[in-house]
Amino acid sequence: MSKTAEQILSDELLIPQPKEPLAHPMEGYLRTDRLPHIWCSTCGIGTVITAFIAGLQKSGLERDKVGVVSGIGCSGRAAGYLQLDSFHSTHGRAIAFATGVALGNPDMKVAVISGDGDIAAIGGNHFIHAARRNMNLAIICINNFNYAMTGGQAGPTTPESANASTAPYGAYEYPFNLPFLAESSGAVYVARWTSLHVRRVTNAIAEALVKPGFSFIEVIAPCPTLYARRNRLGSGLDLMRFYHDNAVIDHNADTRDIDIEYQKKIVVGKFVDKEKPTFLENKDAVLSAKLGDKYIPYKGA
Amino acid sequence: MAYWRAPLDLKKVEVPHGDIHINIEHCKGCNFCVEYCPREVLEMSVEFNRKGYHYPNVLKEGACVNCNLCEMICPEFSIFVLEGKTRHPEADEVIKGKEKS
Repeated sequence: MSKTAEQILSDELLIPQPKEPLAHPMEGYLRTDRLPHIWCSTCGIGTVITAFIAGLQKSGLERDKVGVVSGIGCSGRAAGYLQLDSFHSTHGRAIAFATGVALGNPDMKVAVISGDGDIAAIGGNHFIHAARRNMNLAIICINNFNYAMTGGQAGPTTPESANASTAPYGAYEYPFNLPFLAESSGAVYVARWTSLHVRRVTNAIAEALVKPGFSFIEVIAPCPTLYARRNRLGSGLDLMRFYHDNAVIDHNADTRDIDIEYQKKIVVGKFVDKEKPTFLENKDAVLSAKLGDKYIPYKGA
Repeated sequence: MAYWRAPLDLKKVEVPHGDIHINIEHCKGCNFCVEYCPREVLEMSVEFNRKGYHYPNVLKEGACVNCNLCEMICPEFSIFVLEGKTRHPEADEVIKGKEKS
């Protein structure tokens, strides 16, 4: 059998070949032809995607009853790597697209995996209004404190005094406190974790996927190439060590008091978990009370 | 954890075991698995993979207890652990002073 050019090259350079042809247990949920992914070494987004797949397996939902929508940005690529009904939408409009998917398929749970810039800045209006309506969505916001894909510009969550490419002398805007924003807008499930808390993130995603209504999970992830480099914080591994030392788990914390300050303690936990009728339940209840038999609730195509 | 003598129920205790599989070509050398393995089973290689990153090697064969933390924390889907045969620990492994480093 003749060797391919790649094999000859690797034999010459003595590059070790992978021994096991065994499949990764999550391979069925991944578009493996797209791997390895584009995310930088020590970036936290890949860990969150692993946690998402594990949470999906744990939730027991059928694969064709779950959709994933993502916007633009580093974490926006998540939809492209997941072997599910997934959709890579326009910038900031992930929640708007997901609202449409959720209304068109009432028995489907739609998860939005996107970044802080996509969800809280350009998509901030969609975010607060989907939370106000209590749409049946699970929002997973991967927060890396800057716009990483476009070069590290300061975003809505950049902590005060942190360096960014549009804030070379330190950011001087007040950042968003995303769990407080979500809770005050009406979300029924609000949690914040870091990408180091893989088991907690997995459990939170499993709970959010089976919870009817608007759930919001903020996952703080290291950005080694821009946020950490510009602020001289080392690699993503150093940021993981920082989360290990500085993340304080407090499930009963008031979301008003959990602002993130630059390189200070990060309060994490499950802050809100309550029951509230969803948008479709309210709509069906009100319209069938007013219209009686004339109203036929939409149950999906 | 080490004891001063072999526990009486040593024969009843079963230690789970995991078989570690590493897809070195997907690895980007982030070190998470080496750093966070609770049994310190892994070490970073001296060699490079095709993309020029160091990748993890199994340092202590048989010490993995199938906790799956490396699989969960790996951002590249490149390390995974499959459940192996459980085994009974040897008395030497648990007695103080005799445990393997």
